[in-house]
Amino acid sequence: MGLLDYFRSTQSKGSANVAKERLQILVAHDRAARGRPSYLPKLQQEILDVIRKYVDVDMNAVSVNYEQEEAHEILELNIVLPEAGHSRL
Amino acid sequence: MARIIVITSGKGGVGKTTSAASLAMGLAQRGRRTAVIDFDVGLRNLDLIMGCERRVVYDFVNVINQEATLNQALIRDKRCDHLYVLPASQTRDKDALTREGVARVLDELAQGFEFIVCDSPAGIEHGALMAMYFADDALVVTNPEVSSVRDSDRMLGILSSKSKRAEEGAEPIREYLLLTRYDPLRVDQGDMLSVDDVKEILSLNLIGIIPESKAVLSASNAGIPVILDRDSDAGQAYADMVARYLGEDVPHRFLEAEKKGFLSRLFRG
Repeated sequence: MGLLDYFRSTQSKGSANVAKERLQILVAHDRAARGRPSYLPKLQQEILDVIRKYVDVDMNAVSVNYEQEEAHEILELNIVLPEAGHSRL
Repeated sequence: MARIIVITSGKGGVGKTTSAASLAMGLAQRGRRTAVIDFDVGLRNLDLIMGCERRVVYDFVNVINQEATLNQALIRDKRCDHLYVLPASQTRDKDALTREGVARVLDELAQGFEFIVCDSPAGIEHGALMAMYFADDALVVTNPEVSSVRDSDRMLGILSSKSKRAEEGAEPIREYLLLTRYDPLRVDQGDMLSVDDVKEILSLNLIGIIPESKAVLSASNAGIPVILDRDSDAGQAYADMVARYLGEDVPHRFLEAEKKGFLSRLFRG
């Protein structure tokens, strides 16, 4: 314990801020996941399987988003189709 | 109708049992008939914190299995006539807490008590879910520390989806934040989440702030709920919490670091 520690402790001021920032991100993420229906991952997989019958896309090409607003829910599907030439038919 | 209060946290070691013991004692001391139940089957501790471990004959699981009546299992507190303890079983498996069995015991308690305090085990296993399922009010005990805050948020999610009130679409459980082991000095130094930080992250009603205090260990050593240590900061903070729970408007205390004198700063770092 000495002068050095004193300066060090004033320099490190803000580990609580780091904690707060990390928690805010984490909690927001956890809460977003909480409201989602549990069928979403399976839905995403099955949609992907259907698309793959026709077009060569990979897992990352399909994103499923679920948002809850006051009176309604939005299920958003975003499918990125590859450039021409990847069609399976 | 009795009010069922669950003391929950998710994370272990944050002060659930200490808080359950002091809340129950505080309510009883104000003349409200209160029962406090230990839901931690297999790892009972409430009896130790309440100082009645040598008077346990029958327990919660005995009553659920109808091997004993509720009156046989309830232990009356020697310091306060209005307070009764229902200890957890030490040996049996956790599945002994059936939902029907717990419902029956709570219904019977509700006949004779005004408040039923449920001391939940840590985690999100069966015992914890049973402790919160029937709750009307929930005290989410949280330390100003990342894992505790995160787990508390997780418990809030479970309270709002897996409780009886949620399943029946009734008025939701009233949720309160109880911040424990709070160290104002470290908050001032920027090394600990402040009350406002935790409130902001969890967006909960704050029912109490219990400062980090040596009195808590001394009280548990002696089997005395710390609220009975009226000279201690933690004891006073719990008394304030009980008053707030009963609707009194009491300002929060123990938020400021004790001002250290020059000499004590020099010698104690």
